[in-house]
Amino acid sequence: MRIPLLNASGCLDALTAPTVASQLDAFVTKTVTPLPREGNPPPRIAESDAGMLNSIGLQNPGIDAFVHDTLPRIAELAVPIWVSVGGFAASDYSEVCERLDDEPSVDVVELNLSCPNVEEAAESVTELVAAARAVTTKPLYAKLSPATWDVAESARAVEAAGADGLSLVNTIRGLTLDAGTRRPSLGRGVGGYSGPALRPIALACVHACAEAVAVPIVGMGGVTSADHVLDLVAVGASGVALGTILFSDPWAPRRIRAELDGSTTATGVPSERRIHDFVPETTPRRRSSAK
Amino acid sequence: MPCDTVSLGGREARRERLDVLGAEQIGPYTLLRLERGELEPGVPGQFFMLEAPGRPLPRPMSLCQAPPGGLTFLLEPVGPGTRSLCSLRPGDAIHVLGPLGNGFDLDVQSPLLVGGGVGIAPLPYLAEALGDPPALLGFRSDRHAEVACLLPDAEVVVEPRLVTDLLPDDPGDVLACGPEPMLEAVRRRASGAQLAWEAPMACGYGACYGCVVEVGGRYRRLCIDGPVLRDVA
Repeated sequence: MRIPLLNASGCLDALTAPTVASQLDAFVTKTVTPLPREGNPPPRIAESDAGMLNSIGLQNPGIDAFVHDTLPRIAELAVPIWVSVGGFAASDYSEVCERLDDEPSVDVVELNLSCPNVEEAAESVTELVAAARAVTTKPLYAKLSPATWDVAESARAVEAAGADGLSLVNTIRGLTLDAGTRRPSLGRGVGGYSGPALRPIALACVHACAEAVAVPIVGMGGVTSADHVLDLVAVGASGVALGTILFSDPWAPRRIRAELDGSTTATGVPSERRIHDFVPETTPRRRSSAK
Repeated sequence: MPCDTVSLGGREARRERLDVLGAEQIGPYTLLRLERGELEPGVPGQFFMLEAPGRPLPRPMSLCQAPPGGLTFLLEPVGPGTRSLCSLRPGDAIHVLGPLGNGFDLDVQSPLLVGGGVGIAPLPYLAEALGDPPALLGFRSDRHAEVACLLPDAEVVVEPRLVTDLLPDDPGDVLACGPEPMLEAVRRRASGAQLAWEAPMACGYGACYGCVVEVGGRYRRLCIDGPVLRDVA
């Protein structure tokens, strides 16, 4: 079984690095919101011993410019396109999803329900998924935060609300201080923590959710090698996304694909669930029948 | 891994594991010499992402010198990443990605180089490309000023004197790199100056949106639109 490799949203710009995006089985866009957003004040990046913090704050051109300018250029790459959708209210999610529903080049919509760098929507993740579900026929993936006591409960709730798959996990909120001033390194104070430290957390979340729901799961968090990919698959992921590793190694997708092709390591029991863009001709209109 | 050329930010870059040829101490700084491999040195002011052993993220460094078969970087050990880089010795090897970003525009009539502290890093390579134009360098101590040996003909000041004290009334085409307050001061005195800025950066090729600076009221990625910017508002 070929394991699909994607990028984590916000970790690759297909327009500045087209040859990197082309190495992937699907390209996931940076999160799009209804209106343009300038994002958070710098500094936006800080490093810790076992990972990094980001505080980008959903900088994006807004759905109008995305649909008119960005999307057609990404579509030229001939890589399946997942569009990450964000917002600050259920109406934001439904507005963007409704616009994307008319775009044939969009294969999957991923709902960013868990950005640690902006204010949360007032509604629950279940209500946000339901709002998106009501206006789109595209496969819907819910990207959940690991910062919850029972992520499986959230997974069951978003599945019941109409999610076709899960993306696990987003970054987790963290803080670093400047060594000289003991003040926060980032302009906004806290940021989203990613990288190697996130990997055991992601494994625990994927494991818990795979037992709780029937929909396919894209696993992500600190993956830097084929072994890490196989770990996530062993606990129930049907596809794996690369995040922080892309910053230090744009060639990581190709390297990890080669490692996977040459791997003789047992993969455990590969999930029979298929992520949606991988078999686009059988993409269901609503709930997945993948299991 | 193969070292393929890949388009990053509209430019051709390569990533390769390069041997450390030498690490020379100059005052508090380290001049790190790497083999060049198949990497292009690029335009002065462009930068490379240097793997900092043991750290999750690479560090952006502009090229200091491009001797035959080599790439040389000027480093100041100010944090865990730069300390890791400064501790490299011959026999070590690190991954390097580049060249990246926009370098200096070399089409200038009367160039004047202005540098401060470790910000003089891109100036030796720039001086070579421009035929050794006049240069003004500022440092915080005599020990830091030892690194002015990389630009033997430069005028040098040490704090409390500032490099901007040396700027003539009509400075010509200023090309500058240094700490932010110095660049701000240079900008006030020399309109149209080309300024090389710095920002924390995760990727160096437009992926992370971490290195933004405000340009004309908008946040722009320094790695793609810079690091050399003209007339930053």
